[in-house]
Amino acid sequence: MSNELYRKIVEISGRNPYLCYQCGTCTAVCPVSVFMDVKPHQIIRYIQLKRIDLEKLKSIWTCLACMACVDRCPRHVDPGIIFEAVRNLVLRRGEDAVDYFKLKDLDKVPTMALIALSRKMTG
Amino acid sequence: MEESRIGVFICHCGRNIAGTVDIKKVVEEVKKLPGVVYVKDYIYMCSDPGQKLITEAIKREKLNGVVVAACTPSLHYETFARAVEAGGLNRFRYEMATIREHSSWVHFHDKEGATEKAIRIIAGAVAKVSQNKPLEPIRGKVTKKVLVIGGGIAGMTAALDLANAGIPVILVEKSPTIGGKMAMLAETFPTLDCAQCILTPKMAEVARHPNIKLYTLSEVIDIEGFVGNYRVRILKHPRMVDPDKCTVCSFCERVCPVKVPNEFDRGLSMRKAIYIPFPQAVPSAYAIDTEHCTKCGLCVKVCPVKAINLDEKEEIIEEEVGAIIVATGYDLYPGERLKEYGYGKYKNVIDSLQFERLLSTSGPTGGQIVRLSDGKPVKDIVFIQCAGSRDENHLPYCSKICCMYTAKHALLFKEQVPDGNVYIFYIDIRAAGKGYEEFIKRVQEEFHVNYIRGRVSKIYEDEDGKLVVIGTDTLTGEELTIKADLVVLALGMIPTLDRDLAAKLKVPQDEYGFAQEVHPKLRPVEVATTGVFVAGAVQGPKDISETVTQASAAASKALQMLLYGEITREPVIAEVDRDRCNGCRICVSICPYDAISMVDGKAKVNELVCEGCGACEAACPVDAIKLRNYTDQQLHTVIKAVLSR
Ligand SMILES: Cc1cc2nc3c(=O)[nH]c(=O)nc-3n(C[C@H](O)[C@H](O)[C@H](O)COP(=O)(O)OP(=O)(O)OC[C@H]3O[C@@H](n4cnc5c(N)ncnc54)[C@H](O)[C@@H]3O)c2cc1C
Ligand code: SF4
Ligand code: SF4
Repeated sequence: MSNELYRKIVEISGRNPYLCYQCGTCTAVCPVSVFMDVKPHQIIRYIQLKRIDLEKLKSIWTCLACMACVDRCPRHVDPGIIFEAVRNLVLRRGEDAVDYFKLKDLDKVPTMALIALSRKMTG
Repeated sequence: MEESRIGVFICHCGRNIAGTVDIKKVVEEVKKLPGVVYVKDYIYMCSDPGQKLITEAIKREKLNGVVVAACTPSLHYETFARAVEAGGLNRFRYEMATIREHSSWVHFHDKEGATEKAIRIIAGAVAKVSQNKPLEPIRGKVTKKVLVIGGGIAGMTAALDLANAGIPVILVEKSPTIGGKMAMLAETFPTLDCAQCILTPKMAEVARHPNIKLYTLSEVIDIEGFVGNYRVRILKHPRMVDPDKCTVCSFCERVCPVKVPNEFDRGLSMRKAIYIPFPQAVPSAYAIDTEHCTKCGLCVKVCPVKAINLDEKEEIIEEEVGAIIVATGYDLYPGERLKEYGYGKYKNVIDSLQFERLLSTSGPTGGQIVRLSDGKPVKDIVFIQCAGSRDENHLPYCSKICCMYTAKHALLFKEQVPDGNVYIFYIDIRAAGKGYEEFIKRVQEEFHVNYIRGRVSKIYEDEDGKLVVIGTDTLTGEELTIKADLVVLALGMIPTLDRDLAAKLKVPQDEYGFAQEVHPKLRPVEVATTGVFVAGAVQGPKDISETVTQASAAASKALQMLLYGEITREPVIAEVDRDRCNGCRICVSICPYDAISMVDGKAKVNELVCEGCGACEAACPVDAIKLRNYTDQQLHTVIKAVLSR
């Protein structure tokens, strides 16, 4: 199962997780890694090991898709792009990661944030 | 032409060939080939008894051609060529048929096909050898003198080795002194000897060696000729101070009004326009920085020995040498390109060579480690390894020495500031030299240095002038914020071999600009152009001991060539049929080695330069150039022989 997920992640992202040498640059530059229980470099590690438990890797939803890590990754593993692929896998099943009905104070959220949210969190 | 009497020797290579190729069948079929009078197979043809089979058969069977069907010429051409010669036959009347790499190894799943292919390969070799002409090696004279470019520890070592063997050396250094980067270092890993103490005696030795002619402030601008016979032109920039007269009294320096950043201290101090890089410089004399000198003449007035001449002009010197050693060294990767670390923006973010200068007792602070912003003591220090190295966005390769010198830096810091805190960000610790792992262990064990496996995301300065270093510890997975007084970047090594010089020397460069050796393992100091050798960091990142080893290797390679007294070259080269040549010059423009020139309107091949690549033969529109033993006619016969079964 994980092998199949792995294959899809590589296919969608076009990146090679095996190139990761666990330097941690991605985690260091990530503006929200402090809010992640599993950090960007650790997510890449689990993917590299083909131990892809989507429940465990849920910090991909914390990811802002700012791509700071993509800018700095010294091996062009580009975690941000890989996380995008993982999110896509879930969203393509029709499982949205956010429930619009539960959003509060919609009118107070900056439009950009709302657009980014729906782009990233919904299929 | 005498009748062909060819012997074919078929090797089993243990089971490597015999396990796939049906040797019996090959022997039978090869016996039927035209010109073949003798066929022998053996389990290991390259062994002593195997070689004897060849030598004896040549004599006994009066063979005038030999084919060895075995592995590849790159592995055993020479082995069998010697056996052939021992039998009294010219080595060019022998060919190898590669039936291992080209057949048994690649077709192990198809025994029949592999056997058939082996027979065809042998048939081709038999057809070729029967038309091969016996050739003699080409010989040429050698000028017994060597040019060494670059006066760092690599160039100095090579020059001294050669000079001590009695060979005259021309040493060309572009800065005012020899010594290179090693002169800037404080102490050196893994033994912590002081760099100056082991370097300056060597520099003095270079200076007084009767066999070494030293040109400082000089560059090689032109190289002509070929192996054994190079003519070089050296541009000598004006020093404006006569090194024979200068007594280094420093009166001139005191009166000079022009101040510029001192490159020897990597900008951490200022120097005058008339300067000596460091007190032990060789030659031991001041030099004028012509770019910044305003020619005010104050120094001329105070010089007690009248050593200064502001009108000195540059000079062009010509020298003839037999071999060239390139030892132009390295530089640090520009720190400004690592924007996230604030190098060039914050005074307290420095590079590793600047830190060496801070550690050096002859450095800008007399060896005191201080904050460059305000001269205050340093308590917390952060080192960042792989700054630029192992990074696809900067230098994809490992610079090899930074792990070790960073450990050294940490140790020397802790010796000076025992209650200080050291943090080293690293990805991997690479300490694979003799005594290196022990050195790292000592730093951890005795000095309690915090090695943090992770990277730094950014550095900024807070209101108190402390650097805030934010990074990740990948082992705990936690974010780290360290307040530091000084941050030292272990910047990667880049080669200093400019493309222009490399092109003139015909030294190929790899994708990063390092000089490309012929073979990384077996021929590490030779480059594709015969007679040119490389040594030191210009060939790849290296520490001092490796640099010195390589420099001695380059010197001994040059020595080998020079002591032999003449150069011998493979005679399998191009030959011009002067009656056919129409003087179109196409070959001249196509030859990658500049081996062809026009003499009396017709092409002429310089036998000592031609590498026998055959580009000219393919390009000649009137078929006037032929590669010896690779004529069109020969190749056609080979193709026919291969196809005719
Ligand atoms: C911070 C730091 C610390 C280090 N510490 C250690 C240590 O503790 N132990 C250790 O073993 N190694 C150490 N090293 C490595 C050491 O510096 C190198 O191994 C060594 O200097 C390489 O010598 P080289 O002669 O090849 O090059 P260089 O020292 O760079 O010398 C090259 C010389 O060639 C000259 N040159 C360049 N171009 C031309 C040209 N076109 N024409 C004429 N001349 C030219 C240059 O001016 C220079 O004099 C350290 C390196 C760094 C950066
Ligand atoms: S920055 Fe790239 S190489 Fe480094 S840990 Fe993250 S994904 Fe791996
Ligand atoms: S793209 Fe995601 S994981 Fe990468 S730095 Fe931005 S937020 Fe962090």
